Amino acid sequence: MENMVHVFIMGKQYEVPSNLTIMGAMEYAGYQLVRGCGCRNGFCGACATIYRVKGDRELKVCLACQTKVIDNMYIATLPFFPLVKQVYDMEKVKPTEAIMMQLYPEIYSCIGCNACTKSCTQGLNVMQYIAYAQRGDFEKCAELSFDCVMCGVCSSRCPAGISHPQVAMLARRLNGKYLAPECKHLEDRVQEIKNGTFEELLESLMQKPIEEMKELYNNREIEK
Amino acid sequence: MSMYTGQMYESMKKVEAAREANTVLEPRRMTAEEKDTLLQTYHPDYKQSEFENLKVGVNAGEKVPHELAALLEAHSRISASDVDLNKVDYDVDVLIIGGGGAGASAAIEADNNGAKAMIVTKLRIGDANTMMAEGGIQAADKPNDSPAIHYVDAFGGGHFAAKPELLYKLVNEAPDAIKWLSDLGVEFDKAPDGTMITTHGGGTSRKRMHAAKDYSGAEIMRTLRDEVLNRGIPVVDFTSAVELILDENGKCAGAVLMNMETRELLVARAKTVILATGGAGRLHYQGFPTSNHYGATADGLILGYRVGAKLLYADTLQYHPTGAAYPEQIFGALVTEKVRSLGAKLVNANGEVFMHPLETRDVSAASIIRECTARGNGVHTADGIGVWLDTPMIELKGGEGTIEARIPAMMRMFGKYGIDIRKEPILVYPTLHYQNGGLDITSDGMTGVENLYAAGEVVGGIHGRNRLMGNSLLDVIVFGRNAGKFASEKSKSVEVGKLTLEHIEKFSKELSDAGIETSVQSPKLLPTYTHGNPNIEKAPF
Repeated sequence: MENMVHVFIMGKQYEVPSNLTIMGAMEYAGYQLVRGCGCRNGFCGACATIYRVKGDRELKVCLACQTKVIDNMYIATLPFFPLVKQVYDMEKVKPTEAIMMQLYPEIYSCIGCNACTKSCTQGLNVMQYIAYAQRGDFEKCAELSFDCVMCGVCSSRCPAGISHPQVAMLARRLNGKYLAPECKHLEDRVQEIKNGTFEELLESLMQKPIEEMKELYNNREIEK
Repeated sequence: MSMYTGQMYESMKKVEAAREANTVLEPRRMTAEEKDTLLQTYHPDYKQSEFENLKVGVNAGEKVPHELAALLEAHSRISASDVDLNKVDYDVDVLIIGGGGAGASAAIEADNNGAKAMIVTKLRIGDANTMMAEGGIQAADKPNDSPAIHYVDAFGGGHFAAKPELLYKLVNEAPDAIKWLSDLGVEFDKAPDGTMITTHGGGTSRKRMHAAKDYSGAEIMRTLRDEVLNRGIPVVDFTSAVELILDENGKCAGAVLMNMETRELLVARAKTVILATGGAGRLHYQGFPTSNHYGATADGLILGYRVGAKLLYADTLQYHPTGAAYPEQIFGALVTEKVRSLGAKLVNANGEVFMHPLETRDVSAASIIRECTARGNGVHTADGIGVWLDTPMIELKGGEGTIEARIPAMMRMFGKYGIDIRKEPILVYPTLHYQNGGLDITSDGMTGVENLYAAGEVVGGIHGRNRLMGNSLLDVIVFGRNAGKFASEKSKSVEVGKLTLEHIEKFSKELSDAGIETSVQSPKLLPTYTHGNPNIEKAPF
């Protein structure tokens, strides 16, 4: 006999095996998920979930695919949250403080309540990365926000109406494009390819009989 | 306090005791003959009873897995009479079906080329295997490397079966793909002087794996998605393609779409169509768990096959050697190959390193299956079996902090279940990961049906019969861009004829002529999971 627990999915009670994730429990209960289910592996942020265990004052947040059910868990899924995503031309924006002021001015209304950090399903220091964004320190903002899956729970808890994941997205793109050091060996190789440097060699490989290719492959030198 | 119990715990102690010696050990690589025998004996692709020959369609007479045959030789979800083709809901130049890495890349390039592109996706843009690719993306951009060396690695790793003209494109356009992504703002791991931090993958002869920690695919996908949105390219989400539309001349000219929530049918007319629907892990071939996202149900193969597009190598699947075998909540989830690139080795129940950790994926998977079956050296869990992947070796080799800096997603995934991978090894077993085969394309990305293009995992032939780590993220970018460029260019000269869904009836007739009686409708769109609830399994609706 499996060990069963009681959970309340959107307030309705179901009895489910205790070893299931919240997502698994919903399916066990009979839901055919369309919303709130994406990669099922903790990378896509589709299954943001808010729960409270009966008797606890504290609201908790998680990804439904990454969290085991608990007895007397009240579960509300958050399959969509209206984040603000500003549009911009990546070729024209510049990595300066002014860009945040222009696109996401609400970040300067942060009241420092730290609800975003407390609610991050990835355990990130959200308020701190917003602070870096305010200062135009996009490198640090990018670094601290890197593991964000853009589930949107932080924004659902924010009294200032900040769309933290989108602010971080902009910071990471600015950092990746304008601030990270340029890669010379990449530029060189792209140029060599443009010059057709490897075409002849590749074409000769394409024409080689399979037996010769096997010889080449099985005896190739492997970098340590 | 360890999360491992009983036999697992006893075995882990042996792994710990042997760790120092195992870390410095350099296991030999298998010979070509050893690999061949191993694959034929233990790789799931060689299990003849799991395959059947198709009776209907362009690939009639060729073998595919049972689960795929059932969907290929099935009925449409609709009849032609369900849809009024004169009432066109969306009219575009390039219709892109699928919102993963290939679809998004195609959309951006089509937009660059001045075409009116539209993405339709059955979940959200970014709900795709691209998002979940952890380890990295290959490109021969270091001075000791070249596209030619990359070609030999990939061609040999794929058992010399790749289409040369496709592989040429993959390797020769790889550095430009990295540059394109960098220019979009993707944050690759770099040294302070800008040098890319690259590692080996299974079967690579040079360190050419570029990464963004172990969120490589997520970092690429979220950047592409952001760019699609910045450009205002329409994305119709929660809407699946359920049938392609041809015109009176037999050319692809759009798709019938279905709103996944309301079931409303819609008509999209297009000058060219790109199938970028991804893979098929959620078909759970041979009962394997999968590392794939929720929507990986082979839809593009079904849609394409029904209008006459040919499949190539649809009988070859990739089982990623290291799916999580424990705990059960993450059973089958991907443990990135990068864990081995960084120095963790595969160790059996007795604490012995039983293979070189960076053989190609098919060889590694077969070797783990052999260890757990014929050799009896697997570690039993409550629900299955696995071998150890000794993650603490990474810290011994690379220094303390390496795991947190380089594979934070793995640390987090196991950490949620009380396993600190810096201190304890993890249990792994092969998981269904990738569809090596798919729609056959030319080097301009077109399938056998005029104006129907394909890109990404739905394509077969780029890699041959096995794929190297890091060549799939590369393929979605290179061939996604490629399809976007060619399909948008072609759209400029296309005059769409009268739309028709006659192929539905025609295919149905072929099924009955072949004596196939089935109640299955396809594409599948989403899997159904009940986790063993008997009441739900027998529920009538």
